[in-house]
Amino acid sequence: MAQALNTALHDAMGADDRVVVFGEDVGKLGGVFRITDKLQQRFGEKRCFDTPLAESGIVGSAIGMALYGFKPVVEMQFDGFTYPAFEQIVSHLAKMRNRSRGRVQLPVVIRIPFGGGIGAVEHHSESPEAYFTHVAGLKVVSPGIPSDGYSLLRESIASPDPVLFFEPKRRYWLKEDADLPVTTEPIGTAVVRRQGTTATLFAYGPMVRTCLEAAQAGESEGWELEVVDLRSLNPFDAETVVASVRKTGHAVVVHEAQVFSGFGAEVAAQVAERAFYSLEAPVLRVGGFDIPYPAAKLEEFHLPDVDRILDAVDRSLAF
Amino acid sequence: MVTAPLPPDPAALLPPPEPVQVLDDSGTLHEVDGFPLDLKDEDFRNLYRYMVLARRVDKQAINLQRQGQLGVYASLLGQEAAQVGGAYALDEQDWVFPSYREMGAALVRGVDPSAILHLFRGTWLSDHDPMATHFGLLSIPIATQALHAAGYAMGAKLDGKDLVVMSYFGDGATSEGDAHEAMNFAAVYDAPCVFFVQNNQYAISVPLSKQTKAPTIAHKAVGYGMPGYRCDGNDVLASYAVARKAVDRARAGEGPCLIEAVTYRMEAHTTADDPTRYRTPEELARWKARDPIARFETFLTAEGLLDDVFRAEIDEEAKAYAARIRAELYDAPHGDPLELFEHVYVDPPASYAEQREQLRRELAANEAGA
Repeated sequence: MAQALNTALHDAMGADDRVVVFGEDVGKLGGVFRITDKLQQRFGEKRCFDTPLAESGIVGSAIGMALYGFKPVVEMQFDGFTYPAFEQIVSHLAKMRNRSRGRVQLPVVIRIPFGGGIGAVEHHSESPEAYFTHVAGLKVVSPGIPSDGYSLLRESIASPDPVLFFEPKRRYWLKEDADLPVTTEPIGTAVVRRQGTTATLFAYGPMVRTCLEAAQAGESEGWELEVVDLRSLNPFDAETVVASVRKTGHAVVVHEAQVFSGFGAEVAAQVAERAFYSLEAPVLRVGGFDIPYPAAKLEEFHLPDVDRILDAVDRSLAF
Repeated sequence: MVTAPLPPDPAALLPPPEPVQVLDDSGTLHEVDGFPLDLKDEDFRNLYRYMVLARRVDKQAINLQRQGQLGVYASLLGQEAAQVGGAYALDEQDWVFPSYREMGAALVRGVDPSAILHLFRGTWLSDHDPMATHFGLLSIPIATQALHAAGYAMGAKLDGKDLVVMSYFGDGATSEGDAHEAMNFAAVYDAPCVFFVQNNQYAISVPLSKQTKAPTIAHKAVGYGMPGYRCDGNDVLASYAVARKAVDRARAGEGPCLIEAVTYRMEAHTTADDPTRYRTPEELARWKARDPIARFETFLTAEGLLDDVFRAEIDEEAKAYAARIRAELYDAPHGDPLELFEHVYVDPPASYAEQREQLRRELAANEAGA
């Protein structure tokens, strides 16, 4: 995954000299996760540079650079450090095109390594995606597999609309046989990763892999679980989601973020509104508990895992 | 990008002990060392014209608000010199990133005031073209535009373009993190950005003494490694001279700087505010005696640059301006509600078609009901 993302950045910068990459430690170091590795070496300090340690400054100056005509791809070093940039994202990045009556475009990508599972210290394992799916004017994308990491990032950088790109940091080391460059399904499309008839698991980002593991484990129960990778939270592919629910009649939405007011609530509502009579049971949500992200040694008790997912499937089928 | 070398002498970045003043309170001109004036008679007349027009537009906007035609309006009364003087130092290719009180700067940049007043009427969120006018959208969240200015200037610098960016904000805004981050970014990258602070003494009701313990706002520049300048913001020539110097050095690749124009907001914060609750009539009277237009008139008259003919000409123009604004804003209809879905995304989500259709049905039902 990390390599796919890095290659996507290299290829995007090679293809369009308006693409610039900046953020904290993205230059010489290549980013704390090395996603920007060797960009500065290859494209120079004008195209890839370190900024002062200020997230609002990174996003606000990216807006100015986009107005000038560049395509900034900026990095929030960790999920929990996105919050200082919240105002610039919500009040300006998302709204400026609309406020200007379409005269201004802001092709900015904000890359955010997100989620837990790597034993990180506090503020380094958060899942803030629902804050941003609640903001009109943004696209919110999260790849679950490496080939999507490449393709969705390339597409995000090419997008004339601003994109928040949530990278599942615990899956940076996930492997997949894929020849790069690769073009996968476009933003706004959910993909069925595994066909099944018993129930559907909906996930994005880090939980795609966990759901595939759960589906495999479910075989021993005689279950054929379908796994749908949402990939793009906004725009949302209701059609693929509904088609799967029509087939299985059971829906379980899985994410790391706390369940209450999480993105799973939106998926559940979409399914209820569009496929009510196909449902054999209420849509169930599986996620982190409604607590602040716990200390590293306790995160395994907080994060959804195969057991918690299969338990939800069990409850759905027993309904 | 390369960082700036440390300045050899931080003391050289300090603002002069007294604000730069070119016209004293009685309207007599004193050239100030280091801040030369390069203005011709025509420029003096232009500066005067912009200030008078700004005041007339401002008055018209307040009247429209009183008549229920605008929801709210933030007056620039008393700040004409600072705004006009600052913006007059810019060239056509340069950019301005304003807050929401910059009608004077907007006029200098050729922005149609009616387009801006649509924001306050609520017909649309903004209706001037920033790309064509090089005048950013009015920014209501305090100090946020300073970062857009820094970023735009960083872009120009990366691109090797001869271009200067000026960001306007107020004394209250200097307390915001974004003002700090903007000045720091601009300084680190040597970006051609001029931060023009209109210190109008109050952030709504809170006086400057409750915003900062810094000796002056201009002193803050030193912490970023850039020069801080301070000028009499009710003196259009001082505001211009300081901005001229700041813009010239930015254009020459010497990096950003901070200007503090010391002025006073003669009106309420907005038409929704009652300033009698937090400032005295005596204070207001003191500043009224320092009216920036009156002071400039005294100078122009003494120089023979302002006669009855020119005065009548500007008066006519101001009246016509105001009449046009009235005509364009009074009872101006809002646009097509279906346009609400047009500009949010280049590439909108599927739900937009559904919601647009829902609104279309609601509108049709209303029409049928009426």
